[in-house]
Amino acid sequence: MSEQRDIQDHAHDPLVTVEAVDLAYDSLTVLEEVSFAIDRGSFVGLIGPNGAGKTSLVHALAGGRAPAVSGRITVDGQAMQALSARASSRLVSVVPQDTALSFSFPVRRIVEMGRHPHRSRFSPPSSDDQALVDRALERTRTAQFADRSIDEISGGERQRVLFARALAQDTPLMLLDEPTASLDINHQIETLELARDLTADGRTIVAAIHDLELAARYCDRLILLANGTVQADGEPESVLTAPALEDAFDAETVVGRNPVTGRPTVTAVSTGEREAQASRLSDRSVHVIGGGAGGATVLERVATTGAKTSVGPVSSDSIVTQRAQTLPSECLTTEPFAPVSDALRRAVLERCQNADVVIVADAVVTAGNQLLFEELDPEMEMVIVETTPFSRRNFAGTGATETYRSIRERAVEATPAGVVDAVERCCIGASGKSTRESSDRSPPETTTDD
Amino acid sequence: MYRPGRILAWSAGLTALLVAVVIVSAALGPVRIDPVTVSLAALNMLQVPTGLEWRVTTAFPISGSLRYPGLRYAPVFAFDVPETSQTIVGDVRLPRIALAATVGFGLAAAGTVMQGFFRNPLADPSIIGVSTGAAAGAVAAIAFPALVPFGGLHLSAFVGALLTAFAVYAIATEGGRTPVATLLLAGVAVQAFLGAMISYMLVHSGENLRQAVIWMMGHLHASNWVDVQFALPFALVGVGLLAAFTRDMNVLLLGETEASQLGVDVERTKLILLVIATIVTAAGVAVAGVIGFVGLVVPHMMRLIVGPDHRILLPTSALAGASFLVLTDTIARAGPAEVPVGIVTAALGAPFFLFLLKKREVHAV
Repeated sequence: MSEQRDIQDHAHDPLVTVEAVDLAYDSLTVLEEVSFAIDRGSFVGLIGPNGAGKTSLVHALAGGRAPAVSGRITVDGQAMQALSARASSRLVSVVPQDTALSFSFPVRRIVEMGRHPHRSRFSPPSSDDQALVDRALERTRTAQFADRSIDEISGGERQRVLFARALAQDTPLMLLDEPTASLDINHQIETLELARDLTADGRTIVAAIHDLELAARYCDRLILLANGTVQADGEPESVLTAPALEDAFDAETVVGRNPVTGRPTVTAVSTGEREAQASRLSDRSVHVIGGGAGGATVLERVATTGAKTSVGPVSSDSIVTQRAQTLPSECLTTEPFAPVSDALRRAVLERCQNADVVIVADAVVTAGNQLLFEELDPEMEMVIVETTPFSRRNFAGTGATETYRSIRERAVEATPAGVVDAVERCCIGASGKSTRESSDRSPPETTTDD
Repeated sequence: MYRPGRILAWSAGLTALLVAVVIVSAALGPVRIDPVTVSLAALNMLQVPTGLEWRVTTAFPISGSLRYPGLRYAPVFAFDVPETSQTIVGDVRLPRIALAATVGFGLAAAGTVMQGFFRNPLADPSIIGVSTGAAAGAVAAIAFPALVPFGGLHLSAFVGALLTAFAVYAIATEGGRTPVATLLLAGVAVQAFLGAMISYMLVHSGENLRQAVIWMMGHLHASNWVDVQFALPFALVGVGLLAAFTRDMNVLLLGETEASQLGVDVERTKLILLVIATIVTAAGVAVAGVIGFVGLVVPHMMRLIVGPDHRILLPTSALAGASFLVLTDTIARAGPAEVPVGIVTAALGAPFFLFLLKKREVHAV
């Protein structure tokens, strides 16, 4: 009875707490002053460069003896380092990167090993043990080769067998140590999707993941380990920023957004590439019209080429606004859901006028900003980037469709990846023209009928 | 999940094989005796305890005569067997065969444990210096009887084996952890050192040289029931205890980190396995000398047949090891001139092992 009550009392406590933990191998300190708590049912990714201590932290969370832990790690209220191997393996299971298995145990025997901490030395397995093993085999789709030898199946299948073993262990916390490192892309996704499904059932998962994009895509929360401690901790969008990654990985990165999943993408660039890229559009100025993921990606790509950028009008709570703050980019914002004021429209048109190139990136047209598009100077150098059809971005009626079509006819079309090339082409094409024709440019009012 | 049926079937089959091998072996020799007579004579040797009695030590003359309580036995059967046949089978051949079976049983079981423990196909029961330690003790007792305070050859070998294993373990342990790689290397180094000691003692052993060399080659001649009484309890109890850890041994095959994450107290389990396997090996080697290859080849052979699961591998290896050593000892003594059994096991075991190796049957534990 009292145990029952205890469980209920603790149901809302974090499952894992890490308080002022230092991890060290002999005299070599790997991590210092690490503190965090993990809620039940969450999927947390541990990211960071090689040697940052991801795997060490996984071992410490599992209650291992190496590295040495000072500070306190608890799982379900129990201090892990004080528990026996048997007790800790009832709380935490680990899916290793790969296993030393090189002998011909049938898959089912390996999965049964997950029940080891629950069984007494002399009694035969209970029907519970049997049922959990069967369920784990089915859930991981390993049942169909349960009787085959572990050394006859593929790497992806082995990974699933190790996953099944951890499932059979039936612990509240599951740790994945680089679960995708040796897998093909399809198996990587399969593995992480299985993990995510498990968290939906209330299990808590902590995964050390090498691949930042996969981590961002599947985890609710990322903990960035670097320089001997926790560098950043929070939602993927707030952790994966170019400055944080540059600091952690000592590499220049470009953080974009995946057009399909909407989650952050990270591209590392070498210093040479970065410099070449950085000087491509230096002393050019570009204005970006467009909010949302598409706008943010385009803005980021252009901003990393050294161009002077501005963006707007965008809502003050948009991702573009957030992204613009991490870039040297001017941002013209409105309050969320507010129409574009006359003053803002004029400010945007002025930026467009002064810019070498205007990029219209997946722009959403509403009654509130329709006028802006109508007033754009047709003579300006324009690049248009579209990843979603206009019909889904148009909330201003058929009139707007007409306006948009005329913009598209005049503009250079580009993909998000090719936007920098397109801007560069416009600049070269316009280099003579822009000086010659600048005086001829008519005020925007004269180009539209309204 | 767990198939006791398969384990029992294999064990029963191998026990039947052992009985058959024992009967054939007891029938062969300078005097041929027919198998039926052999079986009856063997049954006549069966005794059951009927009460307690006081005994006086003879095996270990530590303090002259030490009285201790023991069980009184009475024979079960009284078949009519010619007296000479009964004597040959009961007093000459059977003790030797029983000792061979006991030693083979223990060595093969210990070899299975060591190969799993070290995750190394080349591991055998004496990998941490047990046999070399026993040899050092035995050679010391043979070459310099005066230097060994308690003259018993078996006890000297047994103590030498245990001391060596303990020393290797102590050297390899640091901060409560005993990495198997360090254990292996410490074993190699200590064996090399003891090898030097043994060579030195052999050089100065004078007329006892032949006895010492024969002991080191492994021998079962002149065995008696006292030797069996000494070695059998260690083998049976030891293998029984090891059988309780077969599931842990399976999990340990995954490596120590994974085993620990699956609830195995790795250091404690390693210590327990090492202590039991060492005592079983030491007891066998103390009475039979250094018999190589049984503990190496038999586990590999059985692994090919029954698979790597220790729950079935351990009992089947032990039983197969018993048959194997009885068989090789029969060959050793049935030839025109008796040779030490260690020569036969190595002469048969090494080519067989090479055959498995060439067929790529043996590549990992």
